[in-house]
Amino acid sequence: MPIRLDKPWIALSTKNLEQVKGHLGVYELGSEIDGVVFIGCADARSLFGLKGELQDHLDKGAQTCFRIEITSAYQTRYRELLMVHYADFQAYPRDNIEADLPRLGKLSPL
Amino acid sequence: MDLQQSDEQKLIVATVRRFVLEEILPLEMNLDPDADSLEPADRERLVGKVKEMGLYGLDIPQEFGGPGLDMVTKTLISIEMAQHRAGLYSPCYGVFGGAGLAQLYEATEDQKERYLYPTLRGEKRGFFGLTEPSGGSDPARAIQTRAIKDGDDWVINGSKIFISGADVADFGLVFARTSPDKGRGGVTCFIVDTDTPGFHVRRVIHTLRSAHYATELQFEEMRVPARNILGEVNKGFSIANDRLSRQRIPYSAGCIGVAIKAHELAVEYAKIRETFGAPLASRQAIQWMLVDNELDIKQSRWVTLEAADMADRGMPFRKEAAMAKLLASEAGSRVVDRCMQIHGGYGVTKDFPFERWYREMRIRRIGEGPSEVQRHIIARDILGSSLR
Repeated sequence: MPIRLDKPWIALSTKNLEQVKGHLGVYELGSEIDGVVFIGCADARSLFGLKGELQDHLDKGAQTCFRIEITSAYQTRYRELLMVHYADFQAYPRDNIEADLPRLGKLSPL
Repeated sequence: MDLQQSDEQKLIVATVRRFVLEEILPLEMNLDPDADSLEPADRERLVGKVKEMGLYGLDIPQEFGGPGLDMVTKTLISIEMAQHRAGLYSPCYGVFGGAGLAQLYEATEDQKERYLYPTLRGEKRGFFGLTEPSGGSDPARAIQTRAIKDGDDWVINGSKIFISGADVADFGLVFARTSPDKGRGGVTCFIVDTDTPGFHVRRVIHTLRSAHYATELQFEEMRVPARNILGEVNKGFSIANDRLSRQRIPYSAGCIGVAIKAHELAVEYAKIRETFGAPLASRQAIQWMLVDNELDIKQSRWVTLEAADMADRGMPFRKEAAMAKLLASEAGSRVVDRCMQIHGGYGVTKDFPFERWYREMRIRRIGEGPSEVQRHIIARDILGSSLR
């Protein structure tokens, strides 16, 4: 399993969200041009899983793309994606509020 | 051996039990079912309460500021602390404090100043780096990470796997081979700062548990000064070995605590849940599952407390610790499985703690020496020198 999410970006739209189900997992918002602007997680408190989390972003007017990874290890995968992003760019994604992030360590991925 | 608790032990056990019920469980209801930490403000408040109770830093030796409790009392406390959803790998979400790396209590004064005392003050965190991709059950033979002397330094190359907390640690104990001798005679323990050039945490290893997740490390021409050797050159394995035996008792206690809580929930559920016009508790199939739970819990508890008692008396307890770990981890798995079954469909949802306990308990049969290794230790003791 690659350490970075490398799936193609999909435009965040009502139509495209029809293909997303309520699984637990992690997701990224962004695009080829902007890169990753937000890393999120659909954890077990989420009512409708990945579909619900992405729908929330759409409802708030987000005009971006998304990609997802369905995983039951959503807690550790979420932290890993944030740490990898930091390792790659020396910063967390633009729209992740640092104060809301869990305690994160330091990775030096290949 | 007298298992009757003293009045002091009863008071301590009751205090911790009340703490879990009144402080931990209400907070846990609002956390993700796989959470392993509290909100910082809640954590700080509860650490304050634990310090007021005089129970902070249970494993810190008294001469270093710990509460000075014996192993039996600490085991009883560990059983109580584990009785919540995250209790197996994050008992009370860490608010009772850790001991840091126990091996540092034997360090030189210079090493204590740089690593132990800052750890006890909460300024630094450490990791324990023993297991390698080549093996973990037999670390004496499996260690391939090499350290080669170069002037006043040692240059380390190699890798470690399944290492908890390395990504958030400031330093760690890394075991490397310093002699071409195979086996335990050629291993040295190094204290490594995680900002040392050549120290890399390559990835998180995603497993059945989210708490204290494991990582994979790589060392590339990592230069460590000789003053960071813990103990002596080529004598590091005894440091690792001592930890393995001691850890098995609290490890077992955690399994017992979760089993007790799971069983308690199952008993209550069986009394109220009805099928075909009668409560589950009236069905012999369910009754026998609950009986088997009681037997499993009692047996593991007795053996674990016996091992703790022997440790307190200064008697050899390696076999008893192995028995405790073997029994408690396997019994814990059986108990959680039965309790999940009793809860039916609800048992596999994240609304109940069983699915987390089921996953995490599976790891307990492998970590800190798998069941097969524990059986090997016990067999070796039974059969004596004929097995060597």
